[in-house]
Amino acid sequence: MNAFKALILVIEDDPAIRRFLNIALTGQQYRVQEASTAEAGLRAFGLLPPDLVILDLGLPDREGIQVLQDLRRLSKVPILIVSARGHERGKIDALDAGADDYLTKPFGVGELLARVRVALRRAAATAQPNSPNLSIGDIHVNQEARTVTVGGNPVRLTPHEYRLLIVLMRNAGKVMTHQQLLKAVWGTAHVFETHYVRVYMNQLRKKLEPEPSEPRYIMTETGVGYRLNLPDEL
Amino acid sequence: MHENQRPDPDSLLRHAQHEESSQRRGKLKIFFGAAAGVGKTYTMLEEARRKAEAGVSVLVGYAEPHIRPETETLLLGLDILPYKLVEHRGTILKEFDLDAALAANPELILVDELAHTNAPAMRHAKRWQDVAELLSAGIDVYTTLNVQHLESVNDIVERATGVKVRETLPDSIFETATEVQLVDLPPEKLIERLRDGKIYARQRADAALHHFFTMGNLLALRELALRQTADRINRDIDTFRQQHTQRDLSAVSQRVLVCVGPSPSSVNLVRTAARMAAAWKAEWIALYVETSAHGRLSEADRNRVAHTLDLAHQLGGQSVSLSGIRPELEIIAYAKKRGVDRILIGKPATRGWRRWFRQSFIDSLIQQSGDIQLVLIREDADSTTAPRSAYKKEWHRREWVIALAVVAVNTALGIGLYHGLGLSDINVIMLYLLGVLWVSARYSRTTGIVTTVLSVLAFDYTVVRPYYSFAVSDTQYLITFGVMLLTGLVISTLTTRLRDQERLSRLREQRTNALLQLSRELILCSDQTAVMQTAVRHVGEFFDSGVGILRPAPSGVPVLACASKGLTLDDKELGVADWVIRHGQRAGATTNTLPSAKGLYLPLKGVLNTIGALILVPGDSAKLGYPDQMRTLEAFTAQTAVAMERMILSEESQRIRERTDLELLRNTLLSAVSHDLRTPLAAITGSATSILEAGHTMATSMRNELITTIAAESQRMEKLIEKLLEMTRLESGKAILHCDVVDIEELIVAVASRWRKVIADREIKLDVADGLPEISGDPILLEQVLSNLLENAVEHSQVQTPVEIQARPTASSVEIRVMDRGVGLAPEEMHRIFEKFYRGQSSDSNSDSERRPIRGLGLGLAICRAIVQLHKGQIIGRPRAGGGAEFILHLPVAPTQTIHTIPAALDPQAPGGSDDL
Repeated sequence: MNAFKALILVIEDDPAIRRFLNIALTGQQYRVQEASTAEAGLRAFGLLPPDLVILDLGLPDREGIQVLQDLRRLSKVPILIVSARGHERGKIDALDAGADDYLTKPFGVGELLARVRVALRRAAATAQPNSPNLSIGDIHVNQEARTVTVGGNPVRLTPHEYRLLIVLMRNAGKVMTHQQLLKAVWGTAHVFETHYVRVYMNQLRKKLEPEPSEPRYIMTETGVGYRLNLPDEL
Repeated sequence: MHENQRPDPDSLLRHAQHEESSQRRGKLKIFFGAAAGVGKTYTMLEEARRKAEAGVSVLVGYAEPHIRPETETLLLGLDILPYKLVEHRGTILKEFDLDAALAANPELILVDELAHTNAPAMRHAKRWQDVAELLSAGIDVYTTLNVQHLESVNDIVERATGVKVRETLPDSIFETATEVQLVDLPPEKLIERLRDGKIYARQRADAALHHFFTMGNLLALRELALRQTADRINRDIDTFRQQHTQRDLSAVSQRVLVCVGPSPSSVNLVRTAARMAAAWKAEWIALYVETSAHGRLSEADRNRVAHTLDLAHQLGGQSVSLSGIRPELEIIAYAKKRGVDRILIGKPATRGWRRWFRQSFIDSLIQQSGDIQLVLIREDADSTTAPRSAYKKEWHRREWVIALAVVAVNTALGIGLYHGLGLSDINVIMLYLLGVLWVSARYSRTTGIVTTVLSVLAFDYTVVRPYYSFAVSDTQYLITFGVMLLTGLVISTLTTRLRDQERLSRLREQRTNALLQLSRELILCSDQTAVMQTAVRHVGEFFDSGVGILRPAPSGVPVLACASKGLTLDDKELGVADWVIRHGQRAGATTNTLPSAKGLYLPLKGVLNTIGALILVPGDSAKLGYPDQMRTLEAFTAQTAVAMERMILSEESQRIRERTDLELLRNTLLSAVSHDLRTPLAAITGSATSILEAGHTMATSMRNELITTIAAESQRMEKLIEKLLEMTRLESGKAILHCDVVDIEELIVAVASRWRKVIADREIKLDVADGLPEISGDPILLEQVLSNLLENAVEHSQVQTPVEIQARPTASSVEIRVMDRGVGLAPEEMHRIFEKFYRGQSSDSNSDSERRPIRGLGLGLAICRAIVQLHKGQIIGRPRAGGGAEFILHLPVAPTQTIHTIPAALDPQAPGGSDDL
């Protein structure tokens, strides 16, 4: 592609994983800045503003979630969380705290690069002025007319279903936690009533998916939330 | 000097033997003499010196402070234990320091004066108890003893010398001594030595000469000492013969029964019995029959009975106490039951009517005895003062007043009836007898008798002519008086006996009930704490005392594991408890050991060992002196001990079982991990090093193949580790359910979607019923269950066959089936498949191994079961009709569950309307 590929900040304490990430990312012409502690990571973040951060939650000097909150205070740059297995709750907290996506150790290079691409693309899309038309696969939304079509056929959605779809499409490719969806669609008063999300998601699937028992668009991240698949993953 | 430092093989051997011997009892050697001054201490020290010179570690534990100069020189060079200085009533007493001696742990210790009575603050009341403890600690003991201190000859000494010796010790100590050495000196020589001041200082010597060291006394004592020693030698010879000739010399084992009562002479009776039994080589039993009269005895008399029985025990006999109405029948019945040959009984020396009663008792004993011999022993005249009824002391003025009042009322009525209404004098007599009956039923026998006598007098005074005079004109009335008196006496005797009997049986019933209640409640206890609490409560209530249970602790000092309110123990008391637990003997208040303690301590003896101690701090200390109270307490303690031991054993076996299970699991885990993790690791290492070695020379295709292997094997390893961790987390009980509302359909769809990506060539059929109730559960864990089941199904079936997931609602749960058309399950496998590390027989029959590189540890289904159990659900696996296997999962629907619908207010256009589509 072009010479100015994105700068990625890797904050990870394990040298072997750092090296492997470095090789994989530079192999794709990304520029990589490494940091082995939270301190060094935050310093590097201030000196060389990166386009994306890969953050390990298990850092020796500080709680990963704190680092994440500090980074979020500084910038809206996409942050990819890397965590060990068995820390699902930490993952949800990280996502709720503003992380864009997560990877569970161990992970393959293919998966890593896909997530990096999605996060960068989404960041680029949100940077653009709000386009009135959103589309993913066969689903097209005209925000001005408030119409939704699937494969050209109009679909009638209730106001909440519509709002839910818009939130998912704007964050396509990213895991949205139950809390994030509730907040975005129903407002802060209902953040604990996760079954609303589930019921509406069910309705949405029935209206949008060609085969709801084999969903193409709306994927369930069990115990965490939902993700709308991006076109290249379809 | 070098040579000296090298250990001498002999001393090494001796040391080893000593070490070994600490497991056995120490040996006791008694230097035995007829009186002080015969040279016992001297002989003992001489022998100790010889031992010390031979290399035995000798410690002088205690030597008399008023030691003779020539004796003192013998002490030079020996290790001497410092005295323990104890203050008692303002004077400093020098006592033997038992704890220091035990701590020093010599091979041989010298403790002078075996019969010594310790100062009250010491652990044991008597020195022989100290010695017994040294022996059981495996230390050999040399000690000295004079014949007059032997319990069994105590009375003979008193008769022969007129001096009552108070410091006595049980004969059993003397008899069980390993060796007894007689130190003998003719009386003339002894008196000579005494005059020279070699035994006591001169002024004391004169007093001693007058009182004790008379020629007559010394001759008697010498004879006694010689006879005791000779008896011992005889017994030794018998024992030797028995051991060395096969035939049993005393084929007929004899048994002697001695009947004791509350009279002081019973003590001598017991001593005589002990001596006779020893002479006959018979075992012997002291028997006390508790009649209704026992309740009437004074406290002193009851204590005397207890002490007499105790003495019998100390002298090596058995002590038994029975209860019954007619003692002679009980005695004969018991004697026949135990196969007793001879019954020893005190011969009454009294004259008068008491003797007549006593005689009738002996006569009826003779009639009943059959072929059992009766031996009458003369009782000392002065000590046969019959036991006095306790009521004599308690009988106070109030009863006099009542007796007088009753007679006065009767007399008034009698005058009215006889003189006023002219009724017959018989009716007046009846009235008086009624009064006697009324009084006897309520008050003591004495009051009854007094009432009878007063009634007769009043009757005479008021009814018998001449009126208002004690003179009797008609001699017929004398018979009336006699009959009236006799009737009154019989009535009062019978009623008081009846009442005593009733009181006694009420007491006994209370005791039995309390014990029954305790045992009932103990059975219901499910752990040690409950047992202890129950016991403490019951004993506390019954004895109206502070009660606690002490358990040995690793620190050495026992801890109060359970106690009634307000009971605290200081270090000294805990020390007593420690002693009791270690020795399995009672101690503390009202006993001979550590009597200065505030509590009475009883060992809780289980079948196997002493598991603790029970402490009783009596509200009324005197009460425990009663033998029957003590017996009740012992019964309580025994029950508690057995219950506690039962708990301890069952808890222990539970622990052992758990430990064995854990051990087994650990072993399986170890072998599984070492094998299953090493295999992929070997492949990875092999592939990686091949690439490194070959460098650029390797063909790209081969290189890629190796790299693929590395990636695949890494993945396999990762899966294994993940399962192990998951299992560990679930097993450790640390897995917390993060419960949420779970939509089963969504869950199934999510799992199926994920697996479709991994195994694109397999068909996963979903059949989910509409309107499944939502359940409460941890979505992540439940997804894992489904994922594991799906993985299992895929692995155990052929590529061409579909895997199916079905979900249906049932009455109170959601039923999920995961089914395949694979190799299926053998019936005997059905339960085992959920065990950890169990791997299906059929996994290897699947030849298509490249597509499924994941060969499990045998944990997948175990994890499923653990998770499902956490959700209070059920999971079973069974062969599927038509081939293959099916796993059926039931997840309960919470009873309060309502199917979530969206409140209208949240969404004005309710979803699901036809126009929405």
